[in-house]
Amino acid sequence: MTLIYALIAIGALALVFGLILGYAAIKYRVESNPIVEQLDAVLPQTQCGQCGYPGCRPYAEAIANGDEVNKCPPGGEATVKKLADLMGVEAKPLAGGEEAEPVKKVAYIREDECIGCTKCIQACPVDAIVGATRQMHTVIADECTGCDLCVEPCPVDCIDMIPVAETKQSWKWQINAIPVKQLD
Amino acid sequence: METLLEQIESGKLWQFPGGIHPPEQKFVSNQIGIGNLPLPEYLVLPLKQHIGANGQLLVNKGEHVLKGQVLTRPGTNWSLPIHAPTSGTITDIKPMPSAHPSAMPELSIILTPDGEDKWCSLTSRESIEDLDNKALIDILHHAGIAGMGGAGFPTYVKADSAKQIEYLVVNGVECEPYITADDMLMREHAKEIISGIEVMMSILSVQRTLVGIEDNKPQAIEAMRAAASHNDKILIRAIPTKYPSGGEKQLIKVLTSKEVPSGGIPADVGVLVQNVGTLYAVSEAVYQGKPLIERVVTVTGNTIHTPQNVWALLGSEVKHLLHSQGFTPVDDQRVIMGGPMMGFTLPTVRIPVVKTTNCILAPDNQELAVAGQEQACIRCSACADACPQTLLPQQLQWFAKGKEYEKLEEYNLFDCIECGACSYVCPSEIPLVQYYRVAKAEIREQKLEKVKAERAKERFEARKARLEREQEERQNRHKRPARTAPAKDKAKVSEALERVKSKRPEQSAVQAAIERAKAKKADGDTSTLEPDNSAVALERAKRKEQARKYKEEKAQSSDDSASKDAVAAAIARAKAKKAAAKAAQETNAPEQKDAKKAAVAAAIARAKAKKAGQSEASGSETAATSDNDPRKAAVAAAIARAKAKKAAKADEEPQPHSDESAEQAVAEPEDPRKAAVAAAIARAKAKKAAKAAEEPQPHSDVSAEQADAEPEDPRKAAVAAAIARAKAKKAAKADEEPQQHSDESAEQAAAEPEDPRKAAVAAAIARAKAKKAAKAAEEPQPHSDESAEQAAAEPEDPRKAAVAAAIARAKAKKAAKADEEPQPHSDESAEQADAEPEDPRKAAVAAAIARAKAKKAAKAAEEQQPHSDESAEQTDAEPEDPRKAAVAAAIARAKAKKAAKEAEQQTEVSGNAEEACPQPDSETAQLSPEDKRKAAIKAAVERAKAKKQAQEQEGNDLS
Repeated sequence: MTLIYALIAIGALALVFGLILGYAAIKYRVESNPIVEQLDAVLPQTQCGQCGYPGCRPYAEAIANGDEVNKCPPGGEATVKKLADLMGVEAKPLAGGEEAEPVKKVAYIREDECIGCTKCIQACPVDAIVGATRQMHTVIADECTGCDLCVEPCPVDCIDMIPVAETKQSWKWQINAIPVKQLD
Repeated sequence: METLLEQIESGKLWQFPGGIHPPEQKFVSNQIGIGNLPLPEYLVLPLKQHIGANGQLLVNKGEHVLKGQVLTRPGTNWSLPIHAPTSGTITDIKPMPSAHPSAMPELSIILTPDGEDKWCSLTSRESIEDLDNKALIDILHHAGIAGMGGAGFPTYVKADSAKQIEYLVVNGVECEPYITADDMLMREHAKEIISGIEVMMSILSVQRTLVGIEDNKPQAIEAMRAAASHNDKILIRAIPTKYPSGGEKQLIKVLTSKEVPSGGIPADVGVLVQNVGTLYAVSEAVYQGKPLIERVVTVTGNTIHTPQNVWALLGSEVKHLLHSQGFTPVDDQRVIMGGPMMGFTLPTVRIPVVKTTNCILAPDNQELAVAGQEQACIRCSACADACPQTLLPQQLQWFAKGKEYEKLEEYNLFDCIECGACSYVCPSEIPLVQYYRVAKAEIREQKLEKVKAERAKERFEARKARLEREQEERQNRHKRPARTAPAKDKAKVSEALERVKSKRPEQSAVQAAIERAKAKKADGDTSTLEPDNSAVALERAKRKEQARKYKEEKAQSSDDSASKDAVAAAIARAKAKKAAAKAAQETNAPEQKDAKKAAVAAAIARAKAKKAGQSEASGSETAATSDNDPRKAAVAAAIARAKAKKAAKADEEPQPHSDESAEQAVAEPEDPRKAAVAAAIARAKAKKAAKAAEEPQPHSDVSAEQADAEPEDPRKAAVAAAIARAKAKKAAKADEEPQQHSDESAEQAAAEPEDPRKAAVAAAIARAKAKKAAKAAEEPQPHSDESAEQAAAEPEDPRKAAVAAAIARAKAKKAAKADEEPQPHSDESAEQADAEPEDPRKAAVAAAIARAKAKKAAKAAEEQQPHSDESAEQTDAEPEDPRKAAVAAAIARAKAKKAAKEAEQQTEVSGNAEEACPQPDSETAQLSPEDKRKAAIKAAVERAKAKKQAQEQEGNDLS
């Protein structure tokens, strides 16, 4: 008899917890894979496709599915490190052995030479190029991610990638301290 | 329990944690009063001398300005104007090294003083009682006053604080070693400072003003006490000397016991801090009307002969200050702007004094030793004891070295005031502050980048969404006909019904075709409702029939007039998208002549647009005698000529042509006109008319000799060549090569006079587009030669192939690949099409249109070629093809955005026309002449009209 009571009690408990769990699963459902979001947030969003995926998010998804974390040259070592931390894997040097710190660049259209073909506009992943057919195009430097994708399609090769000029704001203080020494 | 105010009133002071006591070295420079400097040779005035945006330039190079004259107009966003510190001439406006540790060039005005030091007119006032706050703040704003303690925060922004300010704290602490600028200013100008304080008090309506002065400046304290004796709301407080009690947050703590929250500003606790120098400038601006153009600068250090405070005009170079005080540089001389604790070593002495410059320190090497080698941290925690912000410098240092920026923020790195106390006490000589500065800059940059990345992501996603939407729209456009494909059966049913109902014996296959076409269209238009469809189709069919009957009655000239009309209608519809191919196939050989006439009528009708029906009927009626043909041709020519921009040239050229052809071809009197039209249009387009005119001539001669039956070829070729050339960017190259081509092919192929020209055109286009002109040019040549050799019986194939190749090349980045594909194509089609001479033309037209529109030309071409083959097998004679082709081509041309493609299409058109002419001529004798005119008219009208038809045409072609 006790055995039956025990079974009933355990069964009832199991049912109750099962219901609670089931409810929680629905109520607190996580919409998408949060790791993808986190990975995506770490990536530099240049949408350059240098990783072999058509944008940062696809690469984030690929990493979540087990791809290497070292395929993002614009992000540099810092990004690789963060991705590795997130995924709990060993940080590797950047694939392709590029320099550790990528130089930030923006596209610049030599406007005299632009023929207004709109090819670069179509190539730009962030719509940072303005212009119209047979009108000169220009790059909105603030929006340019320096992804390089507009350089290739240009039929007259009038797009340069120019390193972003250092300003007083972006300059990094490297001077040595000025120690004050007690004079005897 | 006393209230805070009472405690403050009673003179209570509080203590901030940490702090150090470095050697003061103040005595060096405070022994003599503030000196005046001679005018420098020139002044360098950076547009931006404060935190915020710079103003807009108001002066030009070469302009003469007076002392105090405003040089920039402030905008929004914390921007301040700058003023001319003395009268003189603006000699230049260019980027100059700025007062920043990087000495990064910054846009500056260079002013050469004229020595007169002549003020502009100033508005001085005795009292401020008649001024409201806004007016006072405006005065501060336009006087260009920024915080002179070091940060350079625009004073007007502070004064305009939205928060209630209880205490105004005046910073006369000057805790940093060596600097005595504020000390001397207080000693000599205490009265002005107090009046400045009163101005600020009236703006802010504060309870009390607390003036904090370190107790190592007794004279300054005395002077200030004396000056403030009349106002018991101004409390002068001597505070214990400790570095960095001059820090804003530290001073607030000392004087009011309040602590500014992390990441907050003093206004958050109801306190506002102003430097005494700033208040002096406020007083000058309000009462004297003088803008901020000079300040007190301490020039000190062991290498200075007479260390002293001086009134330095803003923009004076540091070099000027040093030399006027007697500067004897030592080896490895350093010149520091600011104090020894927080200042920075100047990379050059040719840097101007700006609003925030309070000290120029030129120490010798004993005075301030060069930083020693950094040792390992011994975890002595001296830095933590010294930190006035109670941070953990040691921890921060580890994190900074490890670039653990998140940790740094967790440990409140941004509360660090960079006072340098930790570095000062560090026994291991670790430049802690430098690490923090670098880390701060790094974090700031990362945050900025994050914001940017976020924006990039947003934009990327917005773009993706847009593209998807567009794709969907496009698919929907294509889907509609696909969805109605099963409705074909229904159409057939309705067609059968119609036939049964009408029971008209004279109804020919043509009519059936028409109806089918109609039904199909109706299906497409009215979605999927079957009964509706058939009803509509029936109705329309009936209406058609009525119209036809009416026409029949009128036109008694022949029994085939009915079919004539039918053809006319068919052509009209052909223009309306689908029917082109179908209707053409259905027309029979015996109705050829009528069809042509009808086409003319339709063309004219269309040209007039709207009253199509009437004109159609009349056209077909009168067409029997064909005396109006010449008139029509004239119309066509007129239109074409109207278009042609260079009418003169256009007129000159056609003439010889027409003469020749008139002699040769009595049976084809209109050809010259057509040719003239085509040539006129082409020339109008061609930008380099001269070249264009030169080249076609030899061509036409050759072909004229060779080809008696095809007198138009030369003209067309000329047109094509002209267009191609006009387009080609490198005209020179383009010209050289086509000539070779044409010569070769002319010799080889008597029967294919167009090949060389087309090849030339194709090559020209390809070259113009291709980035690597060399490669592109090499490839077309063998190509055209080959095709010329291969295809004696298939004259169009090579052309097609050439065009296809050109397009492929132009588009494909790797020309090699592109070439491989089109060639097999042309070969195939060449083999197939012996008995079907028109197919290639049709195919070419279709391909042209498709290419003009379709982005992936290759695919489109592939699809269409089999298509045309099929239709070619079905039909034998198809005399309208050329016309339709012309129409289609015209539309396509009108649309084609990329001129290169346009040129290609025209070549094809001309090819078709060339081919077409001999055939109808030989077969249909005297009535065929109209064809060409009609085609020309149609082409002209269509081009003028059609803007978006090509798109639909494309869809139809594909289907």
